[in-house]
Amino acid sequence: MTASASRSLSGGPECPAPLAGDRVQLGHGSGGKLSAQLVKDLFLPHLGNDVLGQLGDAAVVPMVGIELAVSTDTFVVSPIEFPGGNIGSLAVHGTLNDLAMQGARPRYLTAGFVLEEGLPLATLDRVVAAMARAARDAGVLLVAGDTKVVERGRADGLYVNTTGIGALEADFRPAPDLVRPGDVLLVSGAIGRHGMAIMAAREGLSFRTAITSDSACLAPLVERLRAASPADVHALRDPTRGGVASALNELATASGVGVEMDEGSLLVPDDVRAACEVLGLDPLYVANEGILVGFVAPAAADAALAALQAHPLGRDARVIGRATVDHPRLVVLRTRLGGSRVVDLLPGDQLPRIC
Amino acid sequence: MRYLEEYRDPAVARALVERIHRTASRRWTLMEVCGGQTHTIVRQGLDELLGDAVEMIHGPGCPVCVTPLEQIDKALAIAARPEVLFTSFGDMLRVPGSECDLQQLRARGAAVRVVYSPLDALELARRQPDREVVFFAVGFETTAPANAMAVWRARELGVPNFSVLVSHVTVPPAMTAILDSPDNRVQGFLAAGHVCSVMGWTEYEPIAAAYRVPIVVTGFEPVDILEGMAMCIAQLEAGRHEVENQYVRSVTRSGTVPARRQVERVFELVDRKWRGIGTIPRSGLALRPEFAAWDAERKFGLADVTVAEPAECHAGEVLQGRLKPHQCPAFGTLCTPERPLGAPMVSSEGACAAYYNYGRLRTPAGGAA
Repeated sequence: MTASASRSLSGGPECPAPLAGDRVQLGHGSGGKLSAQLVKDLFLPHLGNDVLGQLGDAAVVPMVGIELAVSTDTFVVSPIEFPGGNIGSLAVHGTLNDLAMQGARPRYLTAGFVLEEGLPLATLDRVVAAMARAARDAGVLLVAGDTKVVERGRADGLYVNTTGIGALEADFRPAPDLVRPGDVLLVSGAIGRHGMAIMAAREGLSFRTAITSDSACLAPLVERLRAASPADVHALRDPTRGGVASALNELATASGVGVEMDEGSLLVPDDVRAACEVLGLDPLYVANEGILVGFVAPAAADAALAALQAHPLGRDARVIGRATVDHPRLVVLRTRLGGSRVVDLLPGDQLPRIC
Repeated sequence: MRYLEEYRDPAVARALVERIHRTASRRWTLMEVCGGQTHTIVRQGLDELLGDAVEMIHGPGCPVCVTPLEQIDKALAIAARPEVLFTSFGDMLRVPGSECDLQQLRARGAAVRVVYSPLDALELARRQPDREVVFFAVGFETTAPANAMAVWRARELGVPNFSVLVSHVTVPPAMTAILDSPDNRVQGFLAAGHVCSVMGWTEYEPIAAAYRVPIVVTGFEPVDILEGMAMCIAQLEAGRHEVENQYVRSVTRSGTVPARRQVERVFELVDRKWRGIGTIPRSGLALRPEFAAWDAERKFGLADVTVAEPAECHAGEVLQGRLKPHQCPAFGTLCTPERPLGAPMVSSEGACAAYYNYGRLRTPAGGAA
């Protein structure tokens, strides 16, 4: 009543209380009542816990004398929602997986949102709910968050940044530069699903597929590897942007070893392969969000493989190659026909072919 | 996957390699015309498997590679205009023009969009009537029918804000130009299967007869290519020079008649400049006069632009098979996929990119043979 009366006095147009509505407005990022309402009515019901509930400028979390792993990542995926997940679940999985690849046990997460004016609140609600579910399933506490709203047209619906904090222990410290010649190369599952699910969900493709993203938290898989033989797991990586090819190139460069990969042992689902054929893309360069590649000491390879296969996420785990002293810093694929080729980093994005 | 896995079968491929070794009494020199075939050869390591039985010279059949610099510069000039939404197949985005490429232009604010079909570009024009939507119509006979169809539909539907920048080329004149060259070494051709899916192979019959050269219409999978080679070598050993069809699951002698007819209705044969090679008479397609309203060169007043090509790029010799990519002095040093001098280093079908990306173990950079 008061607000409405004051607007009348100032000569502005009469309008109902602005706190309701089904879309994000610039005011949701103003720091005023709309902001507070968004936090209270949308974010906290999903993500609320004792630490986040402090609502201070910084979260206060208990910590004993341990080393921490910290990772941050910003998610701008379009479309926001895709088969197998949405930007919220992806933002949790992506950051937690980065921690897990370093051997850390994920503990805490923060989330920063950039919302575009006009975004349906129902969409935001689904994203935040997926985020909460992903964090809960991973046993991770989301302890701090921030929201900004930009004018319509200044962003693509919504962006999320997540920062993860994980605990490290001395006996399990895989790192990109620890690959040794002879190490066995494992992959935990089928390749190419996330990237092709996104491609297929984007506008402009005139065919339909049932490909779903593999987006998943890999921490439980890493936990299995740790239990099997912690000191023998030399390097882990989640092959996201740039796919398996780019991840292996990064590890080969960091460790100064060559990598040999066997084309016949890679698992590419039929629908992913078909979509890649149509679009002229190489599944080795397509993004994944729910598999890991790892280099393991040869003596521990069988145990590591069995450990992966014992978890649902690692059911299709397999050996796909090994590290070698030959051709240092190059990844070489042995083709199914017995030829070989270098698998290099791409200069940029994969560009679809003409014909 | 049916129609795919069986053509990648290692056992079948090995049997074909053995057949080639058994049949060849000497080292024959063949040219695979299409860049897609070049990539299969280098990507799958077929050249390694074949050893000394056959020398493959990589042909000019990469649409991105042969598009002349001036067409790229025209594309850049059009795309830079504020009212234009410029659409293209993905390959063309990183092909260097004189100053920059389409990707860099996009980063500077130009509206450049990758499409998978010219009909998608036409649809964009219908949905955004206040913008000029331009499609970069490059390619051989393979892409010509769809591009012709887009222009045809634009006229039918009355879409004035759609136009195409045409840089179409055709295969047979390029093959004839190679055979006419005094230093030609090609003894047999693997013709481009997808071009022939559209055009059939009647155009190749007079070439095979006049130059006494076997031509085998060939597909793109490893087994296709090995079988095409085996058929070509069998002809050479028997002293025959005929057109044969390896790619029977896709190609018939007269091709796809409705597609050919559509191409003829919209396009006419013209002299066309090829990047690095120069002008080949009656080797290109241009819009017929009745479709001039959809011709981007006319619409934006660029018909008379000509541009010279950089001297240090030997793409023309590579495209004619006179130079293997790694024999170019710039290969892997001055010219890499990150900083390409010429289009064959850019396109996924370009011979230089194929050698650089897949074959570096076998071909040291910097001009060593």
